[in-house]
Amino acid sequence: MDFEYSDEQKLLAETLRKFLNTGYGFDARAKIVAGPAGWSEDVWAVLAEMGILSVPFDAEHGGFGGTTVDMMVVMEALGEFLVVEPYLATVGLGGRFVARGGSSAQQQRILPTLIQGKLKMAFAQTEPGARYDLRQVSARATKSGDGWVLEGDKRMVLHGGNADLLVVSARTSGGARDADGISLFLVERTAPAVTVTEYRTLDNLRVADVKLADVRVGREALLGGEGRGFALAEEVVDYATALVCAEAVGAIKYAHDATLDYLKTRRQFGVPIGSFQALQHRMVDILISYEQARSIACLACVKVDSADAAERRRAVSAAKIKIADACRHVSQEAVQLHGGMGMTEELKISHTFRRLTSIAQAFGDADYHLERFATLG
Amino acid sequence: MDLNYSPEESAFRDEVRAWIRENLSDELRDKVLNYRELSKDELLGWHKLLARKGWVAPFWPKEWGGTDWSVVQRYIFEEECGAAGTPIVVPFGVRMCAPVLLRFGTDAQKQRFLPRIYNGDDFWVQGYSEPGSGSDLASLKTRALRDGDSYVVTGQKIWTTLGHYGDWIFCLVRTDSKTEKRQDGISFLLVDMKTPGITVRPIILMDQGHEVNEVFFDEVRVPAENLVHEEGKGWTVAKYLLGYERMGTGNIAGSKRELARLKKMAGPLLDDPRFRDRLTRVEVELMALEITNMRFLDQLRGGRAPGAEVSLLKIKGTEIQQAITELMMQTAGPFAQAFRPVNGESAFDRLTASLVPRYCNVRKATIYAGSNEIQRNIIAKATLGL
Repeated sequence: MDFEYSDEQKLLAETLRKFLNTGYGFDARAKIVAGPAGWSEDVWAVLAEMGILSVPFDAEHGGFGGTTVDMMVVMEALGEFLVVEPYLATVGLGGRFVARGGSSAQQQRILPTLIQGKLKMAFAQTEPGARYDLRQVSARATKSGDGWVLEGDKRMVLHGGNADLLVVSARTSGGARDADGISLFLVERTAPAVTVTEYRTLDNLRVADVKLADVRVGREALLGGEGRGFALAEEVVDYATALVCAEAVGAIKYAHDATLDYLKTRRQFGVPIGSFQALQHRMVDILISYEQARSIACLACVKVDSADAAERRRAVSAAKIKIADACRHVSQEAVQLHGGMGMTEELKISHTFRRLTSIAQAFGDADYHLERFATLG
Repeated sequence: MDLNYSPEESAFRDEVRAWIRENLSDELRDKVLNYRELSKDELLGWHKLLARKGWVAPFWPKEWGGTDWSVVQRYIFEEECGAAGTPIVVPFGVRMCAPVLLRFGTDAQKQRFLPRIYNGDDFWVQGYSEPGSGSDLASLKTRALRDGDSYVVTGQKIWTTLGHYGDWIFCLVRTDSKTEKRQDGISFLLVDMKTPGITVRPIILMDQGHEVNEVFFDEVRVPAENLVHEEGKGWTVAKYLLGYERMGTGNIAGSKRELARLKKMAGPLLDDPRFRDRLTRVEVELMALEITNMRFLDQLRGGRAPGAEVSLLKIKGTEIQQAITELMMQTAGPFAQAFRPVNGESAFDRLTASLVPRYCNVRKATIYAGSNEIQRNIIAKATLGL
């Protein structure tokens, strides 16, 4: 047992933070967000160059061969700086699908290009009414000649609008809520009969609705076994959940630091407002939420790679419960303690509030994971 | 970062587990698990077994009997004791007085007291709070006047846990009432409780248990050689000690055991989503606290004295303890009202009937060792710089 970050992990964090400090300040981010794409090709290229896109992938594909704890270090930094580039969608979801479920041909075709920053991915899963249930898939894939024909209506696809390649869940057999019979397909976003409608989210990310109307794909588009996509999707979504928990820790850390700083500098009644006990105790509770969130995110990132699926699910759901609660608590308190200024667009704290609000419900809110945790036994 | 045990750590866990199995009697275990009061002999008996094994004071320096365990070994040991339901090692000697002596004591004091603390020859208790000095401890009034080679102590201490078992008491006393800063007039004294002039009177708590006491001092003569550190430096000693005092108050291993029992007790209530969600939130908070605890312990490697971080463990740990007792009481439903048998024990389940007194008793946890509000003050000042 060991709780230290390794020297490599510390170096990774330091390098990434150094870049973000100089190249991704609040004003720089505001410009990126206001641009037509809502994210920056240049930043993406730097992340590729620095090897950040390569962290979790095997060396044979040009990866760094890192652990999920290495990824935790990256996600924390991205969370602190509210990075809007499609890292989670490409590396945490798309890349992970290929790395865990792809054939070696698929891996060789996709991963090196992804690592070089030349291919972005997204996971098209959510359907109307399905909420967070990965079993609820109504999109259909029908065999046709040597390949498949896909039709379906996918919503809220994270970074779906700028992805080159989508992982699409579709039913090849079974009823609308069966775990069995779900298959996963790699679909080019620009393929004919794929319609993408993009919109902005609360936290200034981009998502898209993706309509598939008789989209033809070849045999090689199938990712993993036919009808066995649920287990893979669950595993990958657990992974992404652990990552988003780590991202939350970074954002919570920022909210903590900024609020503490505000309490020390903002003066009312002739004294810094941090001298008031009513506010001090609330600030301490923010600190406690932060420390507890960090601990449970560590647990999720260490256990998410466990071969024991029950252990993995348990740790990830526990983490998401605590993280969801901490996101709400810290973001709301940070705004409250900032007073009117906390409400404004011009302060980073309000943007942090927005990201934390989103994360609280990403990949399942606290209630969803309370149910999942409890039914694991 | 790696949360799995190495083969050596697993072997150590097996060794501890086997030793406890051989040495913890069923009777004693049963008393602990049913929240019974333990006698002085029972508490010291367990202490002495650990002392003979060499495990009673793991974090002391090796030359005084420490084990030189890693942070993980210490965690494993606590975890196994908690899981098995061993009695606690009463903290006042081993965890509180001893670190003070090691840090501030003279060689003669160390030689005289440390081996006896280690071996469980004396039962130590703590004389801090006074009727008018609770959270505002520095206002304490028990005075100690120097008279030749002695101090003459007069005053009153309160909330003295297990004071009725006490052989020795370490006290904060006022040796000077005229200092500009009142903290500068406080000194730290070791007092033999057999000295004439000391009276111990029980305070019965709402669970009707006798755990805490008032201790009265009426011109009690204490040899000056029992002063620890310099006269007027007692506040420094007190603050140093409080860090150690709070270290154990999170009681994480005990909460893990109680949570597992709670799940067994809950039965069909586990199908009630309202109850289950409350239970799960407590469980998740405890999972997080366990890791927070280890992260903090990890930072104490190299012998740094615990600081404000233990206040966080105290706050969360005690909140969790209370939440568990509340849920446990809920599991018993209407039967939770049972308290004491009047004429025979038929239909009287001792465990069920202990849940309400326990719930009442554990309200103390957020009050003692510095109330949780005081802990928040400490974090605000020491960690956050507010």
